[in-house]
Amino acid sequence: MADAIRIENLRKTFRLGFIPRPREILKGITFSVREGETFGYLGPNGAGKTTTIKCLLDLIHPDSGTIEILGRPASSPRSREPLGFLPENPYFYDYLTAREFLAFTADLFGLDRCVKRERIARLLGLVGLERAADLPLRKYSRGMLQRAGLAQALINDPKLVVLDEPLGGMDPLGRKEIRDIIVRFKDEGKTVFFTSHILQDIEMICDRVAIIVGGRIVKEGGLRDLVSEKVLFTEVTVSGISPQAFADLGECVSTRGDRVLLKVYDEALVDAVVSLVHDRKGRLVSLSPRTETLEDIFVDTVTRT
Amino acid sequence: MTIRAIAGITFKEAKRDRILYLLLFFAALGIVASRVLAILTVGDRVKIIKDVGLASISLFGVLMAILIGTGLVYKEIDKKTIYTLLAKPLHRSEFILGKFLGLVLTLLVMTGAMALIFLAIVFAHTGTIEGGLLVAVAYIFLELVLITAVAILFSSFSTPILSSLFALAFYLIGHLSWGLELLIKKMRPGAGRVLVHALYMVLPDLENFNFRTEVVHGLSIPPGIYLISLLYGVCYTAFILGLAVLIFRRRDFV
Repeated sequence: MADAIRIENLRKTFRLGFIPRPREILKGITFSVREGETFGYLGPNGAGKTTTIKCLLDLIHPDSGTIEILGRPASSPRSREPLGFLPENPYFYDYLTAREFLAFTADLFGLDRCVKRERIARLLGLVGLERAADLPLRKYSRGMLQRAGLAQALINDPKLVVLDEPLGGMDPLGRKEIRDIIVRFKDEGKTVFFTSHILQDIEMICDRVAIIVGGRIVKEGGLRDLVSEKVLFTEVTVSGISPQAFADLGECVSTRGDRVLLKVYDEALVDAVVSLVHDRKGRLVSLSPRTETLEDIFVDTVTRT
Repeated sequence: MTIRAIAGITFKEAKRDRILYLLLFFAALGIVASRVLAILTVGDRVKIIKDVGLASISLFGVLMAILIGTGLVYKEIDKKTIYTLLAKPLHRSEFILGKFLGLVLTLLVMTGAMALIFLAIVFAHTGTIEGGLLVAVAYIFLELVLITAVAILFSSFSTPILSSLFALAFYLIGHLSWGLELLIKKMRPGAGRVLVHALYMVLPDLENFNFRTEVVHGLSIPPGIYLISLLYGVCYTAFILGLAVLIFRRRDFV
């Protein structure tokens, strides 16, 4: 499969302050995103995620390194023909309506009138802004602006969609809707490259991820390769039995009324806990094995780095 | 197509600016006041009306070009709307040209409106409209086009306040640099004269676009002068825009 994005040894240093001091933001980044995959780009604040995206879009000129978008160098405007971009906290011309704004972005791609009209109507429907389409953008909530931003990113029916924090500022329902749209991109064969702080969403949507910390890629790979199926511990909630009874089996995390929450680290001891509850005429309220999550890997990686 | 789209959005944005209408109001007031001034002055009243009217168009046109032009590119960067724009397949030069043409279109409409008021007042006084007045207005507009390019140049790397000061300085230097020409004539040949001559060549001479005195006093102008002024305006504007594109292309949008 060909690469939709290829970044090799990308470096960028900014000179900041009144007396400019060099600060290396990207320290030789290398990774690639294959065509058709959904790629999550993670990292703590200030790690260099947005700088990487800005280099990708030629908003920032890298000091050195190679960036290619679908085989074309990112420095060429033509490389952005098959690309859609949603910036973090999108800012648009707030005096325009969503319909006018989409028409303007369509003009930047030189779409003809019929295609433009059809696509604007379809995208307004896709992001759920049909009713607010003729309101000026200054009257939009943050979530609505995010939707308008997503619609403009799709105006050219892009092969590659770059989304910088697309789920930020959305309510749970809105987040689900945007997540569903991203999943639909995958079905349509589009490549998605996105950053997010909401790791559960990345875990639900992405095929592969890269973690950037301090301007370096510290982990990259398929989600299934990174996140193991191994059970870390089992959370057991029981009632009607004192916590001391489980002292040898697991760790008592909390008690509320007659309910006790236990963490059992040894899978073999879970059966013993269940038997004990049965023998002492207690009640088993819940039992849930906890496997490793992306969040565990992320926290572990960032802490170690 | 891209340049047209950006010019269109720039025109839309510029015409929403209240300062534009405030300046248009004062320009109209200045033109109308020329009639009152003419009544109070001894001499040819029509000349006073023409002189003050053309000066008002020039002064308020320049203020429009500077005050709106210096904020145009800066606002896009400050409000971060530029991220959405430059992520589209467009050259940074197309962005600068679109911005420039959008403001030129705005100034064309504004100069047209001021010229209409001015010509109506002249017509009310004389019953005729001389072609020379239209030529004088056209060259004022050409000067505004150059000032717009200068405003956009400074706006591409500086804040609106600093850009306004720089652009205003350019305007003042441009109208005073002809004094260097007089100085060159009075200087003895030598290094000093060469230096002043080089300075005169580099500095703008905006008096090339000033045909007000000739038109107001009915003096004849050789047609070649019009052509040279037109060429000078076009070339200088292209040079300034080229410089703006060069600076803008090198910028990082952090």
